[in-house]
Amino acid sequence: MPENIQPAYKDGLRSAATSTPAAALLLRLGRSGMVLVFLVLFALLSACVPNFLTLRNLQGLLLSVSLIGGVSVTMMLVLALGEVDLSVASIVAFSGVVASTVISATHSVTAGVAAGMLGGAAVGLFNGVVVARLRVNSLIATLAMMEVVRGLAYIVSHGDAVIISEESFFRLGAGSIAGIGVPVWENLLLFLLFGWLLNYTVFGKNVLAIGGNAEAARLAGIEVARVKIIVFVMQGLVTGLAGVLLAARMSLGDPKTSQGLELGVISACVLGGVSLAGGVATISGVLVGVLIMGSVQNALSLLNVPTFYQYVIRGAILLAAVLFDQLRQRR
Amino acid sequence: MSIPGVTMPDRQARARLVHGAVPQAPPLVLEGVTMRFPGVLALDRVSLALHGGEVHGLMGENGAGKSTLLKVLSGVYRPDSGRILLAGVAQQAWGPGIALRAGIAVIYQELHLVPELSVAENLLLGQLPHRWGVIDRKRLLERALEGLRRLGEELDPARKVKHLSIGQRQMVEIGKALSRDARVIAFDEPTSSLSSREVGRLMEIVRALRQQGRAVVYVSHRMEEIDALCDRVTVFRDGRHVAAFDTLQNLDRDRLVRAMVGRSIKDIYGYRPRARGPVRLEVEAVTGRGLKAPASFRAHSGEILGFFGLVGAGRSELMKVVYGGEPAASGSMRLDGCALRLRSPAAAIRRGIGLCPEDRKHEGIVPLASVADNLNISCRRHQARLGLTLDRRREADRAGVYVRQLGIKTPDVHTAIGNLSGGNQQKVVLARWLAEKIEVFLMDEPTRGIDIGARSEIYQLLYQLAEAGKTVIVVSSDLAEVIGISDRIMVMREGCIVGEVLKQDATPDRLLRLALPQ
Repeated sequence: MPENIQPAYKDGLRSAATSTPAAALLLRLGRSGMVLVFLVLFALLSACVPNFLTLRNLQGLLLSVSLIGGVSVTMMLVLALGEVDLSVASIVAFSGVVASTVISATHSVTAGVAAGMLGGAAVGLFNGVVVARLRVNSLIATLAMMEVVRGLAYIVSHGDAVIISEESFFRLGAGSIAGIGVPVWENLLLFLLFGWLLNYTVFGKNVLAIGGNAEAARLAGIEVARVKIIVFVMQGLVTGLAGVLLAARMSLGDPKTSQGLELGVISACVLGGVSLAGGVATISGVLVGVLIMGSVQNALSLLNVPTFYQYVIRGAILLAAVLFDQLRQRR
Repeated sequence: MSIPGVTMPDRQARARLVHGAVPQAPPLVLEGVTMRFPGVLALDRVSLALHGGEVHGLMGENGAGKSTLLKVLSGVYRPDSGRILLAGVAQQAWGPGIALRAGIAVIYQELHLVPELSVAENLLLGQLPHRWGVIDRKRLLERALEGLRRLGEELDPARKVKHLSIGQRQMVEIGKALSRDARVIAFDEPTSSLSSREVGRLMEIVRALRQQGRAVVYVSHRMEEIDALCDRVTVFRDGRHVAAFDTLQNLDRDRLVRAMVGRSIKDIYGYRPRARGPVRLEVEAVTGRGLKAPASFRAHSGEILGFFGLVGAGRSELMKVVYGGEPAASGSMRLDGCALRLRSPAAAIRRGIGLCPEDRKHEGIVPLASVADNLNISCRRHQARLGLTLDRRREADRAGVYVRQLGIKTPDVHTAIGNLSGGNQQKVVLARWLAEKIEVFLMDEPTRGIDIGARSEIYQLLYQLAEAGKTVIVVSSDLAEVIGISDRIMVMREGCIVGEVLKQDATPDRLLRLALPQ
């Protein structure tokens, strides 16, 4: 058949895509330019950086990106709405402090974890109501909340880190199942869950429609404000969980923790092709965005590059990766 | 097959250009311009000469290649082959900068103005008078006033563009072209969003431009305007230049339409009378934003109720209130005798009311999303498994059914809707409500910017809806359209309902007299 003889890479992929699910997955990966960037980068790092491609290092790498990864799944939804959330770093600190305070007081890990996550969700609910119902620009609203919530974290902890001495809590952060850390499992589940939510549910489609054209979505009968509030609550809940897991890993709730995390999370999403204008997002892109950030960071540490240079290199890579993606889309 | 009085172009037209029947070289000539996009031949060896002091009409259905041609003129597209001659000189390079310097200005349907800047700043954008980089306010004002005087437009140059009406914005756009002393000015359907008074002003200005010896290109679907303005007309079909009419004297409209769509349209409205059913929607003394007086009307099942008025008469605002998109300040509504209190469009849809908005691009579609997603955006919640999970196959199937049924031209249902022509986008928006359980269809300017072929298809759909007992409310600024398809017409003026006219009494004269400001 003439179609099978065609040597073109893309066409070969396309004709194969109709046959097997694995090939369909490959096709989808091929469409996302950032996946390609990551694969090339990963191969390059494996070849050039000593000790990069070892089981132990990769385990460490995944653990190190689990904080950003855990928050990025819901940040993806917020950005897809055409909004932004700058308060996530403060929520991480706040929920960690709340969880450790509650655990110290009640000796119940369950209560602590629940309190931390609910604290995060409460902040998310507030963000959502202010943005969706009171129509305050999300950049401003969450910038304000970033300050407020950081302050709350200090207030709850009386300014100091809250140390936890509950054994079973540590296992949440430092324990591992089948050789893989609990936070990495948590990430894996979140990526599956939110990937499904984005691609296979009415809710996910509504989020993309609102980001693509909020007025058209409203006139088509989508309850725009409700969807926005739900997304911000999810963001709070998931970020709260990330904060709790971080506290468990550090064995303390630190009100000073994770400054600047929001920029790392947004960078990862942008690397993954999420449009800041809204309406465009893929879960595979975000996953790869997170992994690119983690791999670069990891390799720089392995190579003993001084921290000052690491900042410069990280910024340059973000810019270069996004530029590459734009060039690719322009044919 | 040749149509008498129509010179088929290509050879003859080109011969005339090459041998220079005109003493002075025309300011802009296209020769055999071809433009290819993936899968589409948008322009197929098109030749066209634009002469100074002439208005050149371009007609053709949507997708016939007119917009592509304008983008070639403005330098946005570089032709794949063919030549562009400026004042007789073939151009080696072509791009937006070159076109701008050569004095070519294209005024698109979507205006390119900065809403937050003033009229004066917009008029002179890109060439603001300055001293060492500091804006020279005095000279800016002088030159803006001079430009406005030339347009004969009374506008405050310090006013922000966002406060202007669409008609006024268009004048500013024309002023921008004039401030660059453009020698070739192309208008892309300039009247599609203007009121009839503004249309009159625009036509005066176009005639003045011709008088000054500029070459004007005028793209329009409206036969009356082409008739009144153009010195010659070129008709496009499928990217090809199919007919040129060198003089419009004794030109039979039907022949023009036939050249355009390949068939004759004696009556594109094809009105079909039908019996109307009981009252379905009752609106009692409703007020809200944009409504100056309480508005009341009734719509029956099986009826097509027209709403005529000039742009800004409050028709769209009234529709938004009926749809729950804008809150009603007072008044009441009833649907099939039951009280209707709507707090959101979602509530309206649940009660069986659907709106196809006026501003398709900003209110109707999600441009980046696919045809299937735009079509299923509302009805998908009914089919969602557990109220949550998408049934993608069913959505694609449903989209496929409507694409076939309504003749929507799209490569497939997964194509982004932004790539479709206006008529096809409108059909998708309509299909969105066909897929829901909608009883009352609010159609706000359903055929704006849509070509004749697609228009008559949309009219047929509306008749079918009415025949099936649905209530159809059509808002339109097109006098012929509203008379042609409505059973009954409500006329609005300056935020008030000022009259009700039955089909048999509806004459253009009568409707206009009601609609025009007293």
